[in-house]
Amino acid sequence: MVVALSSTLLAFNLFAANNLVAKTEFGEANEIILTFANPVSDERLVSLNSYTVFEEPDPDIRLELVNITLNADKTEATLEFGEPLNQAEAHMVSVRGLSSSEAAMSFQVKKSYLGYLISILITAMLIKNFVFTKYLGLCVFMGTSKRKETAKGMGLVFSIVMVIATAMSWVFYNWFMIPYKLTFLQIVVFIGLVALSVQAVDTILRKVNPVLFSSFGIFLVLITTNCVVIAVPLMLAKDGYGFWESIMLALGAGTGFMLALYLMAAVRERLELALMPESFKGLPIAFILAGQFAMAFLGFSGMSI
Amino acid sequence: MATTKTSYQLVLDGILDQNPIFRLALSMCPAVAMTTTVMNGLLLGIAVFFVQVASSCTVSVVKNFIHPRIRIPTYVLIIATWVSVIDMVLAAYFPAAYAQVGIFVKLIVAFAIITMRLEMFACKNTVGASFWDGFGMGLGFVVGMVIIGIIRELGGMGTVFGINILDSQPLLFFVLPSAGFFVVGLLMGFFNYLEAIYNRRKLGIITYESNKSNLPGGGCAEQHSSGV
Repeated sequence: MVVALSSTLLAFNLFAANNLVAKTEFGEANEIILTFANPVSDERLVSLNSYTVFEEPDPDIRLELVNITLNADKTEATLEFGEPLNQAEAHMVSVRGLSSSEAAMSFQVKKSYLGYLISILITAMLIKNFVFTKYLGLCVFMGTSKRKETAKGMGLVFSIVMVIATAMSWVFYNWFMIPYKLTFLQIVVFIGLVALSVQAVDTILRKVNPVLFSSFGIFLVLITTNCVVIAVPLMLAKDGYGFWESIMLALGAGTGFMLALYLMAAVRERLELALMPESFKGLPIAFILAGQFAMAFLGFSGMSI
Repeated sequence: MATTKTSYQLVLDGILDQNPIFRLALSMCPAVAMTTTVMNGLLLGIAVFFVQVASSCTVSVVKNFIHPRIRIPTYVLIIATWVSVIDMVLAAYFPAAYAQVGIFVKLIVAFAIITMRLEMFACKNTVGASFWDGFGMGLGFVVGMVIIGIIRELGGMGTVFGINILDSQPLLFFVLPSAGFFVVGLLMGFFNYLEAIYNRRKLGIITYESNKSNLPGGGCAEQHSSGV
């Protein structure tokens, strides 16, 4: 009789446990939020000792919990950690001792992949804008930001070539260079792929759409002298990005470059009419302007998405 | 088409008249990003100097074997080879300094100044002239980087090459990244101003604009126009 009762209780407990957590998500930089299916009253859910949290690839590195708070209607627990979490990785949260058996229950906490991709895009475009916060691609940036029309054309062509070249670089790097231990050739291979895609777009556009070529063709030559185009493949090789992450990084770099060009062109068009010392006309004043834009873009830094 | 200038003139041109940073306004990324200290600027300057000289010589040796239609990709591959060389040498012999200049050594491959000198000069001149042109351009780049570096390090931290000089930090703003733009812009304006004064005194030319349009024009494409 007692055994039967305890086994039903156990079963109930397990059942409850499996449906205990309805949703898991990341909160602030150092928080994980667990949403329970029903209001909970178990003391053990707010005890620091019953939780074990680690990043999925490193189960032996336990993350240090400093505080757990339950909200008023007892459906949401916020786990606070000593250090900011690496939210790009999936985290495992296990709770011990909820059921009478000692088995721990685990839940996975991870960001939705699409949201993660969009965060890469926004980061590359605004927070870590390649022109204003990484100071890359300045030669082409100064050269093509005199007119808004030029800025749009250059930005568009650049974004397209950027995405094509990055996709090819990723495939080459992960399928050929890593397996055959050719990573020391990365500079030659990446810039070669960029030059190749520029040449390909050039040749195809010349035959397929001569009108478009006559307006955008001149920008193609400039692309191989833009540092961004080689910085993105080098970054994805260094940080081991996945395919779609690389594409998003490339797209963010391209659109960020277009945004920077357009902003700059809009101001420089008006500057033509402004009075200023003769020796500052042209490039010197453009650099000082770019410095002001860079300071403005500093406002995005520290933002986390 | 080949140049008639002596080696001395070519080197001097690279440092003063066609200084890659202040006059041609090419290769600005390292000038803005890597000049927070003189040492970083000098190190990257030397790397660029080496790549410029080596690839100028290489291109002028093989110029007759390059089809004009694919000349840019060919130049890029030649530059990339030399950049790989300097990248590996720095990583092997100067690991501490290499960690400082970081990704920028690899990015030399995309610096406009090197491609531009190959296109404008090395592809139609002898090996000797190309060597001196590359030498001057590289040296001009080093000089520019060091000047910006000195101003920023002295202004921001009161030191030069890490040696304390001012005993105070007059304008901490100078070592912040975005100040690179301001310093480069102000220096460019300053050099334009000097040149305007110089021209007015010596040559009777009123503006500096007239000098700018005299940059050597036309690349290899016009030379081989039948092939395009």
